[in-house]
Amino acid sequence: MKFTEEHEWLREEDGEMVVGITIHAAEQMGDVVFVELPDVGTMVSRDDEVVVIESVKAASDILAPVDGEITEVNEALTDNPAMVNDDPQGEAWFFRMTVSDPSQMDEFMDEAGYKKFIS
Amino acid sequence: MGDLARTPLHALHVELGAKMVPFAGYDMPVQYPMGVMGEHQHTRRAAGLFDVSHMGQVVLSGASWEAVALAFEALVPMDVLGLGDGRQRYGFFTNDAGGIEDDLMFARRGDDLLVVVNAACKTADIAHMQAHLEGVSVEVLEDRALIALQGPAAGAVMAGLDARAEGMRFMDVADLALGGIAVWASRSGYTGEDGFEISVAADQAEALARLLLAQDAVMPIGLGARDSLRLEAGLCLYGNDIDSGTDPVSAGLPWAIQKARRAGGARARGFPGAEVVLERLASGSATLRVGILPEGRAPMRGGVEIFDAAEGGVQVGQVTSGGFGPTVGGPVAMGYVQSAHAQPETPLWGEVRGRRLPVRIAELPFVAANFKR
Repeated sequence: MKFTEEHEWLREEDGEMVVGITIHAAEQMGDVVFVELPDVGTMVSRDDEVVVIESVKAASDILAPVDGEITEVNEALTDNPAMVNDDPQGEAWFFRMTVSDPSQMDEFMDEAGYKKFIS
Repeated sequence: MGDLARTPLHALHVELGAKMVPFAGYDMPVQYPMGVMGEHQHTRRAAGLFDVSHMGQVVLSGASWEAVALAFEALVPMDVLGLGDGRQRYGFFTNDAGGIEDDLMFARRGDDLLVVVNAACKTADIAHMQAHLEGVSVEVLEDRALIALQGPAAGAVMAGLDARAEGMRFMDVADLALGGIAVWASRSGYTGEDGFEISVAADQAEALARLLLAQDAVMPIGLGARDSLRLEAGLCLYGNDIDSGTDPVSAGLPWAIQKARRAGGARARGFPGAEVVLERLASGSATLRVGILPEGRAPMRGGVEIFDAAEGGVQVGQVTSGGFGPTVGGPVAMGYVQSAHAQPETPLWGEVRGRRLPVRIAELPFVAANFKR
């Protein structure tokens, strides 16, 4: 699993990336009450806002970690946003995407690096 | 930003694991480890303890009750003189344009009036009272804390500590002794639940808070849940839902203006902006504060603009407070709309991130009040 400075995790699966937010990010955000997912098929560039998450406190965004195409979204989050707090690094993935430029993956942290980053 | 002030319960909040944030110049707990959602639900189910010591507590005293009450009536459109001993009322200071300078609670304790005002406004409120209350002494109680105990279990918790609490009804005030600690209590609050607001000497505040927290039903609750509770209860947050530019009629608060101060009343007018307020009472206002219920799941927070059509159309209002209502189980909001669109069930649209999302005008409160009347 790779981690971004925006507190996202990326897990490679069949040549695509599954993207979610970290346990740390979910704890900071508080109880999540609303998730707005992108449309499948959307072409995104790195740092585009692709997901809106609202917690009881505030709204925040998930940015596209790399350039690519959204290939699947986790519809279960729309009906049950609290999954983001319950299992942020497992069941509560947000979307899958292709990676247009694999070199964009190079700058991401491994788990040890991310732990250092948030400490 | 200057140094933040601390309430007498500050060390306790930190010990309890609160996340502290700046609020109205104070370092205050926004939530405890339970989290906003859990704290909100605990308060509606059992009882929550809130530190509201940042609010201003002021005692007005004078030659007689009549002197104090009549002096205070010059600043507020409420019937103060008619307030019975041991009773409390909600009120607000008005300005010359009929706007609301702050909202407040006032309680009669013998011949004195205890006034509780918002933290963010207290400096201005105190100056206002000192400047305009003729023949009345204005004593700011810097050495008292204020603790709110709110929720359906609050009555039993209080009665267990002082049996006299049992007989208190909504808006009664009384002197009690809780575990030997002398307090001034009122049966009131700002969550829509039954509960008490308890004024206590600052040096005994922590002991009292620990005593209350030691009761099974009681958990500490932060400002986050305080906000969602008062929003579901349809109560105004000064600075968001009412301010110096909103008059009491458009704010939906005419119930707080008793007959004695209205046209034809025994002491009609005689408060700042009386002509404007009485005119609005008679002929209505152009905008009204209403409940706004988003039909989808997306919360609509303060600032969201309300339109009369899904596309095009015109802006007819704006959200002033909004978020997720844990008891409602979905987003809730309040705000101002033009009176023509203020009828319950009126379909309108709120613009969130560039998209018009359907809302309905709703009756306030969203969650029925649970007061002990």
